[in-house]
Amino acid sequence: MDGIHDMGGMHGFGKVEPEENEPVFHAAWEARCLALNRAMGAIGAWTIDEARAGIEKLPPDVYLARSYYGKWALRLWNMVIARGFAGADELATGHALHSAKPTKRKFGTAEVPRALTRGSFGRPAQSPAAFKVGDRVRTKNIHPPTHTRLPRYVRGHIGVIDAIRGCHVFPDSVVLGAGENPQWLYTVLFDGRELWGENTDPMLKVSIEAFEPYLAAV
Amino acid sequence: MPHDHDDHASELSEMQLRVRALETVLAEKGYIDPAALDVMIEAYETKIGPHNGARVVAKAWADPAFKRALMEDATKAVQSLGLINRVGDHLIAVENTPKLHNMIVCTLCSCYPWEVLGLPPVWYKSAPYRSRAVNDPRGVLADFGLTLPADTQIRVWDSTAETRFIVVPMRPAGTDGWSEEKLAALVTRDCMIGTGLPKQPAGIA
Repeated sequence: MDGIHDMGGMHGFGKVEPEENEPVFHAAWEARCLALNRAMGAIGAWTIDEARAGIEKLPPDVYLARSYYGKWALRLWNMVIARGFAGADELATGHALHSAKPTKRKFGTAEVPRALTRGSFGRPAQSPAAFKVGDRVRTKNIHPPTHTRLPRYVRGHIGVIDAIRGCHVFPDSVVLGAGENPQWLYTVLFDGRELWGENTDPMLKVSIEAFEPYLAAV
Repeated sequence: MPHDHDDHASELSEMQLRVRALETVLAEKGYIDPAALDVMIEAYETKIGPHNGARVVAKAWADPAFKRALMEDATKAVQSLGLINRVGDHLIAVENTPKLHNMIVCTLCSCYPWEVLGLPPVWYKSAPYRSRAVNDPRGVLADFGLTLPADTQIRVWDSTAETRFIVVPMRPAGTDGWSEEKLAALVTRDCMIGTGLPKQPAGIA
């Protein structure tokens, strides 16, 4: 999706402003919001890819105006309703009014260690890798209206396979309900001038993690 | 601040209400136990943070065999330290040298190596960092007060998949014979993201 979330290379957002001695959370609701989102993921309500897509679907003005956890709260609100875990009427009144949707498990204290551990996204290879380290590749010029992990700023550009990272769950398929459809994942390295033009710092290199369907041989 | 972390009172009260409604409804329906959320939040506040990454870097500086293992397979090497339950499967360590400076970003969302660095700071998740890191990393470093030599290659890693990166900065001079514990005190969060350098020995005396 060519959305506002795809920020690489955009201008006009100003300086980076680090905060001295930043606290882990700036308000109690941020901590509850983080934990609720992780908890619903841990009971299998949705995958990490579907959760990311949920953030990207926020309207651009909302995306830019809200803080990080503000976006997480709105995403959770929208997805809980869209997937039938609670009704809009229940969230509006702040109390359960209907029976619950069946889930694989409930999020109790026994589930916390699992929720704190990142899942594994590596999968057995379905076929040999199409590229090897050192190969030149061109990223495809694709613009799917749904979730993808190929940023706009690299599309149509030539890079070099820098590393092969194994075969991974393919987010673009997961969000379509088409299953994990595992794909080879590569680190693809670009010269800064290839991406941003000849006046760019010649000492800049940028890499992305690219799934094989994003790449074509040169 | 004009961007990402917005302290507006209106957002605060609206979000307090929304999050409270979500928690109450999801708990009443039996999906979640609020006590389990407390346990998770406590872990993020006290156990999971950049002190874990600092121990990894300090050990890499002090122990060449560990350093080799870390560069070969960071997941396995970090796991062997037993700092945390389990590291995600796809951790990758990238090393700075006198000629190469690494910097980590996620332009599409805010992917970050939570297990070794904790939750990301607000600036890492902000539009200015995510937009500029890939085309003006020297400008971003200047925002952090850092200027690198013009002939240093800057390598920006955009975390667009489930692989996660931690920068192994160069060991500061004047630290020969230091213990891992003492070395770890030099390792800042930002130097493991690539937006800073480790503290100098004089800085922690």
